Amino acid sequence: MSRPEGAGSRALEVKFVPDEDVLKHIADEAGIKVRKDKTQLAVSVKKLVKKLENISDDEAQEILEEENYVAALGISAQDPMGNGSSVSGGEVYSFQTPKRSSKMAELASELAQAPGQSVASNHFECMEKTAKTPQSSKCSSSNKVQQRSKKKEFVSTTPYRLRKRLAAPDPCLESESEYSASCSEEEEEENQKEVSTVLSDQKTPAKTKAVSTPPPRNTLVKKNEDKMSNLVEEYFEAHSSSKVLTSDRTLQKLRKRRLNQQTLHELLKEAPLAYAAEIKELNQQHESLFSKWMLQLRLGFNIVLYGLGSKRDLLEKFRTSVLQDSVHLVVNGYFPSITVKSILNSITEEILDHIGTFRSPLDQLEFITKRFKEDSSVELYILIHNLDSQMLRGERSQQILAQLSSLPTVYLIASIDHINAPLMWDQAKLSLFNWLWYETTTFNPYVEETSYENSFLVQQSGSLALSSLTHVLRSLTLNARGIFRLLAQYQLENKDNPSYPGLSFQDFYQQCREAFLVNSDLTLRAQLTEFRDHKLIRTKRGADGVEYLLIPVDDSTLTDFLEKEDEDV
Amino acid sequence: MSTCSVSKGCFVFKPNPKKRRVSHKKAKDLRKVNEDTEDSELRFLTCQSLWAQIRSETEKIQEDLNKQLFDSLVSFLRRSHSEFQEKTTEWTCRMKSREIPTAALVLGVNVTDHDLTFRNLSEVLQNTVTPYIAFLEAKDCPGIKNLMQKLMGQLMNCNVDVDSLEDEDYVQVSQNRVRCSMTSLVNWYESVTKKTDSETPSKKRTSSSTHWQSPPVVVIFKDMESFTTKVLQDFIVISSQHIHELPLVLIFGIATSPMIIHSLLPHSVSSLLCIELFQSLSCKEHLSTVIDKLLLTTQFPFKLGVKVLQVLINIFLYHDFSVQNFVKGFQLCIVEHFYSQPLSVLCCQLGDAKKRANSLSHDQCENIRRLPSFRRYVECQVSEKQIALLTEDNFLKETMQKLLEDLNAYHENYISVLRCLHVFTSSLPKYPLGKQIRELHCACLENQVWETKEYESSLQLARMLNKSDLETMLQQCVEIFVSSSENEFDKTVKKLKEFLTQFQKLEADAFQERDVSVPSQKELQKKTDLYHLQKTLLELKESRRSKKLTKFEMLRFEVVDYIDSLVRNYLVPADHKTLHEIVYFNTASVLREHLNAAPRIALHTALNNPYSYLKNQALKTDGGGISNKAPDICIVYKLHLECGRLINLVDWLEAFSTVVMAGEGPNADAASSDQVDDVIHARFIRAVSELELLGFIKPSKQKTDHVARLTWGGC
Repeated sequence: MSRPEGAGSRALEVKFVPDEDVLKHIADEAGIKVRKDKTQLAVSVKKLVKKLENISDDEAQEILEEENYVAALGISAQDPMGNGSSVSGGEVYSFQTPKRSSKMAELASELAQAPGQSVASNHFECMEKTAKTPQSSKCSSSNKVQQRSKKKEFVSTTPYRLRKRLAAPDPCLESESEYSASCSEEEEEENQKEVSTVLSDQKTPAKTKAVSTPPPRNTLVKKNEDKMSNLVEEYFEAHSSSKVLTSDRTLQKLRKRRLNQQTLHELLKEAPLAYAAEIKELNQQHESLFSKWMLQLRLGFNIVLYGLGSKRDLLEKFRTSVLQDSVHLVVNGYFPSITVKSILNSITEEILDHIGTFRSPLDQLEFITKRFKEDSSVELYILIHNLDSQMLRGERSQQILAQLSSLPTVYLIASIDHINAPLMWDQAKLSLFNWLWYETTTFNPYVEETSYENSFLVQQSGSLALSSLTHVLRSLTLNARGIFRLLAQYQLENKDNPSYPGLSFQDFYQQCREAFLVNSDLTLRAQLTEFRDHKLIRTKRGADGVEYLLIPVDDSTLTDFLEKEDEDV
Repeated sequence: MSTCSVSKGCFVFKPNPKKRRVSHKKAKDLRKVNEDTEDSELRFLTCQSLWAQIRSETEKIQEDLNKQLFDSLVSFLRRSHSEFQEKTTEWTCRMKSREIPTAALVLGVNVTDHDLTFRNLSEVLQNTVTPYIAFLEAKDCPGIKNLMQKLMGQLMNCNVDVDSLEDEDYVQVSQNRVRCSMTSLVNWYESVTKKTDSETPSKKRTSSSTHWQSPPVVVIFKDMESFTTKVLQDFIVISSQHIHELPLVLIFGIATSPMIIHSLLPHSVSSLLCIELFQSLSCKEHLSTVIDKLLLTTQFPFKLGVKVLQVLINIFLYHDFSVQNFVKGFQLCIVEHFYSQPLSVLCCQLGDAKKRANSLSHDQCENIRRLPSFRRYVECQVSEKQIALLTEDNFLKETMQKLLEDLNAYHENYISVLRCLHVFTSSLPKYPLGKQIRELHCACLENQVWETKEYESSLQLARMLNKSDLETMLQQCVEIFVSSSENEFDKTVKKLKEFLTQFQKLEADAFQERDVSVPSQKELQKKTDLYHLQKTLLELKESRRSKKLTKFEMLRFEVVDYIDSLVRNYLVPADHKTLHEIVYFNTASVLREHLNAAPRIALHTALNNPYSYLKNQALKTDGGGISNKAPDICIVYKLHLECGRLINLVDWLEAFSTVVMAGEGPNADAASSDQVDDVIHARFIRAVSELELLGFIKPSKQKTDHVARLTWGGC
């Protein structure tokens, strides 16, 4: 692991990759694969338990119970009924080394081959395959193959580098790591030769070895324990460094236009839903449970649905088929501005016909509790889609909902999707909710649930922002509109400047004066306050303490706005 | 009306008032619920009545268990302000000390059960000590102001409850107007006590005859640990100033250990308290009592199978220690049993069951014939009888009467013998069959207990018991058998009593035995030579082996053998009994699914192995992988597993399209590739945003077009 301190040149860096290190890397990976089947571990644990049994009565008792517990929970594996729960916890929660992005491409090509074919694909072959992927890049295809393969090699060395860097932090290595982390196109071209030497050097054989010949298993099982601590270290290593090694390609370079929400919907409508028949069958199975749910709701349990796939349609069907004759409330938890208060409001205003306001949600809850307890003929079914949504997952919201659901004549049926959703509830809340869990894996796409989400891949059309902009401005005075126009124009003039901080207040004042829009900086300030209240502008204080003004709307929207304004005038 | 909207998240639906029926609809609705099977209505009613019985029984158990605790608490409360009561000058000396009497109530970690305890406590206190009780919970009291508000609100409301003569408006006004301070509280207390003084004595006799003239004000902190230290301190300091005007008593509900008081409160504050400790019964004991009263009794016809019982006990021991949850699980078992087993209609008291068996429909008779235990029974019969059982409903019903009686008798005998066996096993060293009767019960239900190793060893240990232990055990057994109503045990009781008298007779002989053994030991002590020592020891061993058993030993063997024969006769596992399916609930998987679910594992399975849900051959792969025809989200998920902390979206998209193109076959390479590409892009976007919803990734600002992974490793 030693490296000459002064060796800052890049060629040197390539040379010093000790074989042991490479081997270690391979062994690590293989070790993790082995770790997945934990039977061996479980056996040793049992042996340990047996030994301990002889130690003392009480302890032995406890351990015996533990064994029972393991046995009792393990039954599910043999149960024909519990189809989904046959995965042991270890498989789900096992630690794994962070894999590099190149692995994704590899796996993709592997999956692209006929299913069931073994992993023994050649490294270069799969590279070529990924290179053939339909992408509209400017580079010629042959160039790209090289580029991609190079990148792959590049990235595959990174754990070694990372480790090095962490082990011996010195100034000259800093530049190297910089270089390894950011593989922008220009640099790449520069270094192409050097890296290709790396490619031909040691690493490619090492890598193919890793894929084709995993070390024998039983030797590695013995190493399990120190592997474990190793893994933990790796976890922290991977998460402590702020540098992340991924390729620098962006969607813009793909020359693919960003889809907006509408076209996305249209496109998805065209795409046929895969396995529709099977999904339908699955849903029919769940629908047969409706009467049972109804019975259990009536008996004081509340029902929570989990599993992959949108459960919205299922709950809707439940609602339309069973709940038609009773008072019920549907809550779209995924709705971006849903609050507990709005839920409570719709109960008090629309169901209990109460006019008036409450000081706090707790007061409101108390009122509801009282009303429901007084009149036991009032019954209410609450359906909540996505109880674990951003807006409802807070502790207070859940507490209020839990208390609501614990009322004897309030029946709650909800769905959860987030993997960590059960962490929302502590013992107290769980006992208030009194859940019965139902696995309803539907495989339905989350159409409604994700429609509100500002997905990072979808281009924001900005139509909402634009209309709100014009609405607010229309209510303002002519001068105020002029002030805003000035700011907008200035911002558009500077749109090509990436480090544009905004318009400083003094400059702005000067411009406004020149345009006869304000006569003192106080009036301007008053105007700006109004803008700020409507979230039309944002102020930022620069490093020199000067106040900068910005319109937090993207440029295209702003252009549209100005054009529209011109039309109006 | 649709429930999709961009402006609204809550939708209220009210049925047409014309259609709406009155409350009896409820029962009808539930009947409708399982109309497809036979006798559903009767089954539902049986289930309801059984559950009502069980619930009242559990409440009674809880009450009984808490009785002692409450009694001591009540006497503490009475004592605490006796000086105040007497209104003598004696209490003036207390003014200096200003100590607030405090009861620290250690309730154990099963926080969810505390509510019930507190509810019972307040009932008891209302009835015996004082009408002025306030419950405070940490979540309502973020500051001292909220605490005072809550406190005064509760105290003044309770005032209304006690003498409802008062106008409601008055109270509401006063509650809003009165400033929340200790002084106003003191003023309120004075006015209230004065009023009760001046009121007609006749009323006092009826409503609050047990209360004194100036009852103490009890403030209960339900969850002392979660209160903010500052709020607690302030409250204690302030109220200690007024202790001579307001007979305040605090009750701290503590889940962990009484030490918490001292770690929460500094010495200067805790010295203002005069703390007395009260310990509630441990939840394990509570559970034992519940099992004893609910399961090991013939009072309730419904029984739990061994696996179900184990799951329930495991949830209790390893997850929550909550007896409430145990009872809830029990309720679920009852509901499931009556819902899924059409023959559960016979799961009621013997008399009713016999009547119902007589009026069974033909379909139900067929159901009985389909029961595995009944089939086994039929196979043991002679051929004519077999035919009769399988073809004639009436003959079947007659046989059913007998079988039901048998089953009932089996339960009665089983419980007595089980208790008797428990008397023996619970005193053995190392408890080979478990310390608790529930463990023994599980062992007996699981398989033939006399064939297990543990039983073997416990019998061996029982053969070494000394005489006095044996006698007390026999005495206990006699009591158990006598208390059980079954006549069948008359003989057993007689036999056991015989054993007892024989033991007493042996007394004299036993002394002689001991005399014989003494000289040999003395002999042993004389010799110091190692060789000789070994030799004598060997001889001793030889002689012991060959020695004729003493009378005591013979008798002991006899007793143990007798117990063994009882066990073999009566402790047959339930699933060997004909018609056990009617009363035993055995599907543990249902219970585990609904009470102890694992949502992450379900997601993991669905994403990694979609074939387990979607039975399509295209999805079937060998060796745990997924095929390239899997649903989009599975492919995207699988690809993202290969990445580190950040994921480049472009790489991801490309990898995805490679897989999907390959999956769709060669026709995807057609000329309209651009169009196809857009669709794939859209599908990718959908899958990625679904993963975001599921919490696997989130958008990241660290690098353009990157998302951050939120999970580490496989899921």
